[in-house]
Amino acid sequence: MAVKIYIPRDSGAIALGANQVARAIECELEVRGIEATIVRNGSRGLYWLEPMVEVETENGRVAYGPVKPSDVSSLFDHNLTSGGSSPHPLLLGRPEDLPFLARQTRLTFARCGITNPVSLEDYEAHGGLRGLRNALALTPEQIVEQVTESGLRGRGGAGFPTGIKWKTVLDARGPQKYIICNADEGDSGTFADRMIMEGDPFVLIEGMIIAAIAVGATRGYIYLRSEYPYAETVLNQAIEVARNAGVLGPSVLGSGHAFELQVRMGAGAYVCGEETALLDSLEGKRGMVRAKPPLPAHEGFLGRPTVINNVISLASVPIIMDRGATFYKDFGMGRSRGTIPIQIAGNVKHGGLFEAAFGLTLGEIVEDIGGGTATGRPVRAVQVGGPLGAYFPPSLFDTPFDYEAFAAKDGLIGHAGIVVFDDSVDMLKQARFAMEFCAVESCGKCTPCRIGSTRGVEVLDRLADGVEPERQLEIVTDLCNTMKFGSLCALGGFTPYPVMSAITHFPEDFRPAPLRQAAE
Amino acid sequence: MQPASTDLITSIMPIIDRWKQEEGPLLPILNGILREFGYVPREVIPTIADALNLSRADVYGVVSFYHDYRAEPTGRHVLKLCRAEACQSMGGDAVAERLQQLLGVRFGETSIDGSVTLEPVYCLGLCACAPSAMLDGEVIGRLDEAKAAEIAAEVRS
Repeated sequence: MAVKIYIPRDSGAIALGANQVARAIECELEVRGIEATIVRNGSRGLYWLEPMVEVETENGRVAYGPVKPSDVSSLFDHNLTSGGSSPHPLLLGRPEDLPFLARQTRLTFARCGITNPVSLEDYEAHGGLRGLRNALALTPEQIVEQVTESGLRGRGGAGFPTGIKWKTVLDARGPQKYIICNADEGDSGTFADRMIMEGDPFVLIEGMIIAAIAVGATRGYIYLRSEYPYAETVLNQAIEVARNAGVLGPSVLGSGHAFELQVRMGAGAYVCGEETALLDSLEGKRGMVRAKPPLPAHEGFLGRPTVINNVISLASVPIIMDRGATFYKDFGMGRSRGTIPIQIAGNVKHGGLFEAAFGLTLGEIVEDIGGGTATGRPVRAVQVGGPLGAYFPPSLFDTPFDYEAFAAKDGLIGHAGIVVFDDSVDMLKQARFAMEFCAVESCGKCTPCRIGSTRGVEVLDRLADGVEPERQLEIVTDLCNTMKFGSLCALGGFTPYPVMSAITHFPEDFRPAPLRQAAE
Repeated sequence: MQPASTDLITSIMPIIDRWKQEEGPLLPILNGILREFGYVPREVIPTIADALNLSRADVYGVVSFYHDYRAEPTGRHVLKLCRAEACQSMGGDAVAERLQQLLGVRFGETSIDGSVTLEPVYCLGLCACAPSAMLDGEVIGRLDEAKAAEIAAEVRS
């Protein structure tokens, strides 16, 4: 068997030098006259070990990392291509045995980092298309029932039951229905969508096809943010492969169901991650939030019935259709069923993607799995759920990762991104940033968001300057209340989460300036 | 608004023709023009409006809404630096300050010698290897003082 060397093409790995490592390995193979195939896989999501190079021999795969181009020659000196018979300092052993991976339950990310992302053969050899084949044997109602039964909720942040959304579109009448994938993953601290699109794009495509068959749609779009050019390349390659193999096209796997899919790029507007703004943007308009009703399920893209789901929601469907609703539902807690790909990011020692059943506590995620801060200083705050998510202090680390449990603590899971901050963080600055970000990205349709965010920045600046601090705190609290209840969408409606959580849990950072200076 | 030159129209027509018949053609057309020119010359607006049967105001409204559709050409290099929370948590502000000094530009500006345009970006999805940046479409992770100096040297060469 020819030796296979895996070097990720994930943009996180590339950002850390994977392409240079790949070039160095190619050169070394040629110089040494060794036969080997280089496979550019996705990332397994252990970013502190990227670029992580894996070598597959008769004895399975062994990993090395983090590899720098200058390490390559010595890796070969240590018999890289024969399975590392003389151990190199970067040798990590079998990747599956690494504790960070061994502790996970990888359902949605089962193949990510293992297969060649654009090889349909690889995809099928690792269980791909089984869900779609099962779905093709069912009626649309049965598919929708399975998805509802699985308890899958929208992984984009809102947590709305996916099956109910699909049922609404199935029951809606229209000349043309659409499946739209929201791949506008703009939240800081989140990269699960990017990873799956770059590392296992077929699972998203398969999920979209199943959705299409379930609701009677024949066209789909992936609305991808322009900040993800690598994902665009991989998706387009995968779509081309799927089309040539008859997985996409006029007759999906010969079933007679037609489904056409296109990637559409955004243009740098955070608010387009909101589903109705996304629809307007896709139609070629300014990304303005629409008032609901009508729901996109009834009047979505071009006014027609539309399923609009997040990448991870759609990518979780194939495993549900493959293993069954009960299998999926048996993971998780309360009303949060299945697994959630948690993204551990920011100032953290072991940052990366950790897919697990709902129910881990925040402390387990940050301290045990994440290993605390990268700087080695104490953790002071953790923002969960992106720029619109609350800041949690370590005293709330017993909160279990569950939609309702987070809501009960005035927070949200959002897209399950976690950003860790050490004790050098200034929470007043973070609160101000939340308001400023909202002001920059507001679509401007509703007043609480458009005006409130700008006023919020001004009020927090006055607070920082020590101008009537008590009064500024009152005003910002009142402003947050107005934004929370008066905004049209989550941008204005959720900006109060980071602001108010910072004020509530870190009041010492909001004391008048003289006191703050005295305290330092 | 200045009328577009014949050359400009000639070069954008294939992009318009590629997308005109598709659903929601405006963003793909503008993205195509952005890829071709590195910015969206405002003179193209009347041509696009005519082709899609929209008003100029409609097209202008869209062009001006999205951060990507710059009105001016960029420098020879474009450096996008992530300013979002995950990068802040890893000292992104200090790196941003340093790069602005090294390059002699503030965010949103192009250096006088035309070598580089510096833009803020809110998340590149590289939050587990922060702070991050994108230089001419190539991603860079774990920015520090040394990498900032390398970037400055590269864009100046």
